[in-house]
Amino acid sequence: MTDATFDKFRACAVEVLQVPQDKVVPDARFGDDLDADSLDLVELVMALEEAFDITVEESELEGIETVGQAYDLVSAKL
Amino acid sequence: MLLGTTPEGPVRGRRVAVTGVGIVSCCGIGVDDFWDGLLGPAPEGEHRVAGFDPTNWFGPKEARRVDRFTQFSVAAAEMARDDAGEISPDPDRAGVIFATGVGGLESLEGQSVVLQQKGPNRISPFLIPMMMPNAGAATVSMRAGWHGPCETITTACAAGTHAVGAAARLVASGRCDVVMGGGSEAAMTALGIAAFTNMTALSSEGISRPFDARRDGFIVAEGAAALVLEDLDHARRRGARIYAEVIGAASTADAHHITAPAPGGSGAATCMELALADAELAPEAVGHINAHGTSTPLNDLAEAQAIAKVFGTPGPPVTSIKGVTGHALGGAGAIEAVSVVLSIDKELIPPTAGYEEPDPEIPLDVVYGGPRRWEPAPVLSNSFGFGGHNGCLVIAPVRD
Repeated sequence: MTDATFDKFRACAVEVLQVPQDKVVPDARFGDDLDADSLDLVELVMALEEAFDITVEESELEGIETVGQAYDLVSAKL
Repeated sequence: MLLGTTPEGPVRGRRVAVTGVGIVSCCGIGVDDFWDGLLGPAPEGEHRVAGFDPTNWFGPKEARRVDRFTQFSVAAAEMARDDAGEISPDPDRAGVIFATGVGGLESLEGQSVVLQQKGPNRISPFLIPMMMPNAGAATVSMRAGWHGPCETITTACAAGTHAVGAAARLVASGRCDVVMGGGSEAAMTALGIAAFTNMTALSSEGISRPFDARRDGFIVAEGAAALVLEDLDHARRRGARIYAEVIGAASTADAHHITAPAPGGSGAATCMELALADAELAPEAVGHINAHGTSTPLNDLAEAQAIAKVFGTPGPPVTSIKGVTGHALGGAGAIEAVSVVLSIDKELIPPTAGYEEPDPEIPLDVVYGGPRRWEPAPVLSNSFGFGGHNGCLVIAPVRD
C-alpha cells in the first residue's frame, strides 16, 4: 500500500461519503463504520474509476465490505 | 370548507387552522425577513434565494443527495413545524401535500452534461431520487415521521395553491389531524431560464409590475413555503397559536390552451366562485384579494376581468406580492398563502411593488405605494398555471 495511492483513495471516500479522513482506515466497514448504503457505494466506485482510470465490474464488488478490501481491489488494477 | 352537498344541504368539514408557517424566498428566509421584504422595494437583479445554507437543515452528505428544491422544501417545512410548537400528532393521521412545478431540474440538467461528456456509466445513482418531483414531499415526511398521505401536486404555477387546498381538505374530511401543505421551486438553471425566455414569458425590462399598464412579463424566481394545517379543535386542545383558518378552496381547468388563459378569465372566475361557495361566503364578505398577478399582459388582464366579474369594480383591495417576490412557479401559491396569513396576523396588506401606472382596462383597487392597514376579513388567494389550471383559497381570521 503506497501512501500516495491510499491518499488518493481516501480522498475519494471522504468526498463521496462525507466522512472525516481519520475514519477511512483499512478495517473500517462501509456500512457500520462509514454509514454508506448501496447507492453511496455505487457513487464511490464511480469516483474511484474516474480517479484511477480503471473499470470495476459490478460482480467484483461482491463481498467487499471494508475499506481495505476495496483498496486491494483498486490497487490490483493499477 | 365543505365535504359535499346532500339534498338536506351542505356538509361542513372540520375547521382547519393554520398553526405554523415557514418560508424561503428571494426577499427573505424565515417569516420575519420575508415580511420585511414584502414591505420593501423589489430586490434588484435575479430573484434567487441568497444566503441559503442547506447545512442548516442537512448533514453534509445528505445535502449532496437532495436537489435544491428539496432543500427548500425541508427548510420551509421545518421552520413551519418549529413555529407550530409541540404538535405531537398521531403519525398515521399526519400528512404532507407538497407542490413543485418541475422538481429537480438542476440535478437533471447537471447529469445530462455528465452523460454528454463522460457517458452513461458516470450518471449519479442518486439522479432519480434527486430529480423526481415527489422528493420534496417524501423528504419532508421522512424527517417528520408522518405516515399519512404524502403526495405531490404538479400543476405548474397553480401547484402551491392546490397543495394547500388539498392539505386543508385532508384535515377537513377527518382523514388527518395535521397536514403540512406547501410548495417549492428551484428551477433557475440555464435551461429553465432560456426556456422561459424563448417563450417570451419573461419581462424584457427585468421588472415585475403586476397590473401596471407597462407590464411586459414575469420575473422568474425560486423559493418555498409551508403551512401547518391542523384540525382547529386539535390546535385548541394543545393551546397552539392560531394564525388564521382555511375556509375554502377550489380547482378548475380552462380546457382552452396549454399556456394562454381562457378569454375573459372565465375559468378563473368560476374557480373564485367555487372557492367562495366552499367557504359559504358572498363576494361582499371578502376583504382582500391576493392576486396571482404575474405581471404578464395576458394573465393580469384575464385575472382582472375575472375579479371584476365576480366582485364588480373596483372590488376589494387587490395586491400581488410578485412585484417583490417575482414568480416562484410551483412555490408561488404557498408563498402567497403565507403572505395572506401574515396580512391577517399583522393587519396590513403589503403593496404591489412596481405598480405606478394604472391600466385603464384594469379598474381594480390595487394596493400600491405602501402597505395598507385593514380590518382583517376573509381573503381570496388566486393562482393560475400553464395548462389552464386554476386554484383559489379562502383564508380567514378566526373569530370564534
